[in-house]
Amino acid sequence: MSIFSFPKLSLRFFPIWQRNYLVWQKMAGPSILGHLADPVIYMLGLGYGLGGMLPEIGGMSYIAFLSAGTVCYSTMNSASFEALYSGFARMQEQRTWEAILNTPVTLDDVVLSEVAWSASKSLLSGIAVLMVIWMLGLSHSLLSLWVIPLSLLVGLCFAALGLIVTALAPGYEFFMYYFTLVITPMTLLCGVFFPIEQLPPMLQNASAFLPLTHAVNLARPLLNGAVPKHIAADIAVLLAYALAGFYVSLAIFRKRLAQ
Amino acid sequence: MSSVIKAEGIVKLYAGQRVVDGISLEVSRGECFGLLGPNGAGKTTTLRMLLGLIAPDGGKISMLGHPVPDEAREARIRVGVVPQIDNLDPDFTVSENLIVYGRYFGMKDAEIRARLPELLEFANLAHKKDVKVPTLSGGMKRRLTLARALVNDPDLIFLDEPTTGLDPQARHLIWQRLRELTARGKTLLLTTHFMDEAERLCHRLAVMDNGKIISQGSPRELIANNIEPQVVEVFGETAPAWASAHAAGHSERFEISGESVFCYVNDASDLLHELQQHPELSYVHRPANLEDVFLKLTGREMRE
Repeated sequence: MSIFSFPKLSLRFFPIWQRNYLVWQKMAGPSILGHLADPVIYMLGLGYGLGGMLPEIGGMSYIAFLSAGTVCYSTMNSASFEALYSGFARMQEQRTWEAILNTPVTLDDVVLSEVAWSASKSLLSGIAVLMVIWMLGLSHSLLSLWVIPLSLLVGLCFAALGLIVTALAPGYEFFMYYFTLVITPMTLLCGVFFPIEQLPPMLQNASAFLPLTHAVNLARPLLNGAVPKHIAADIAVLLAYALAGFYVSLAIFRKRLAQ
Repeated sequence: MSSVIKAEGIVKLYAGQRVVDGISLEVSRGECFGLLGPNGAGKTTTLRMLLGLIAPDGGKISMLGHPVPDEAREARIRVGVVPQIDNLDPDFTVSENLIVYGRYFGMKDAEIRARLPELLEFANLAHKKDVKVPTLSGGMKRRLTLARALVNDPDLIFLDEPTTGLDPQARHLIWQRLRELTARGKTLLLTTHFMDEAERLCHRLAVMDNGKIISQGSPRELIANNIEPQVVEVFGETAPAWASAHAAGHSERFEISGESVFCYVNDASDLLHELQQHPELSYVHRPANLEDVFLKLTGREMRE
């Protein structure tokens, strides 16, 4: 079997998801608090602080503009942290994968479980931010409910991309590269804090290739009560990143664990 | 056919090196089979290939009637594994570890819970069932790992150095449990570098070195086939000098290791008489054991 063979997926990934859920349950309090506190601090701090000095953007207040960015940014971060730090702990430090792989569960199932679990954390984070947005009265549209499935999709995308980094990582220090060189620039280039149109044309073009841009393209109109313009294209880009990330990370994990 | 594992000429290459170099072995139902060998001999790599976790670069494997690695998943449904390094879930209690692990085999929660009392009893952990793993002692963790390997009531159990790092009490308890398992008809395949462990537990053994099996048989056969039946160990500052001058004349074979001399003999009476003339030397006369065989076959030099 080549490391590039087509993934063989089965429902045996689900007991691993359950395992991660049971671990999470034990510290659900601090976890949920983190999912809530972080976006509240960002939206209140930047939204009111910075927003007070800014004009409306595209007919919405800065804090409303920022809220869509925050949903995407938070869901991206949740999946990324889970896939990198917690995923690495399960693979390397705690040898959880090793224990699981001795059962009828295969590596393909394990990697699928990591994507599914990290995306679940994004879903939770998306719901938390959406609740904050509603409570602050920043969205009044039922369309905003679509942000929930969107959070799952963003989660799948960044979980799969993050797992490539986990698969390559010699240790936790390695993750700084990804956050500094990929996640942080992505946050600034994808319309989270300011419209992409503010960027020079070259960077605007680059931005079109980044998955977070497409997440923001979907989230911002939905929260503002409008139907996004390029639904199919935006979803396709996020899905493509998710599938490619899964396939590439699986190939690297197969090579790594064959040692 | 009663063979539970059959491997024919399996080979594994890492970076061009033959880490496992054409191993063949067969383990029958109800047997405890031991793989012995110094560190780096290829024991763990062999186990990983038999389990279907890594694909061999040559040779054929079948486990519980399934070709491996092609049908490794199907075969592993009936297999339990006790790994060399502890990989219990530290966030969970003793019971939770067993329940979560049983689910990986596709077992229903009710089915696993029904097995819990028996597993906890077997592991002497009934009083610790709600305790989190990090608070357990090394021996308890090993016993929990063993119980976890039994959650699916396997026919075949792999144990990679099951008692390394345990104190004598904990080791004896594990040994007793392993003997109970073979008495119940389970097949065990274990690696170890404790010769007393191999001698006590294993019906048959294979000694590995440099990726090859260099001798195979029951502990008695290995001793009978490879080494003289009696050993006289001679100690003392002057032992090496004495050995250089006289040992060859009184024993079939001898080895000097620091201030000790190991003399291998078919009949010790002549050598013992010689030693009585040298009150400055102390000595021990004993039957040859597996450790003597092991050291003869794999040498006395350190491997790391």
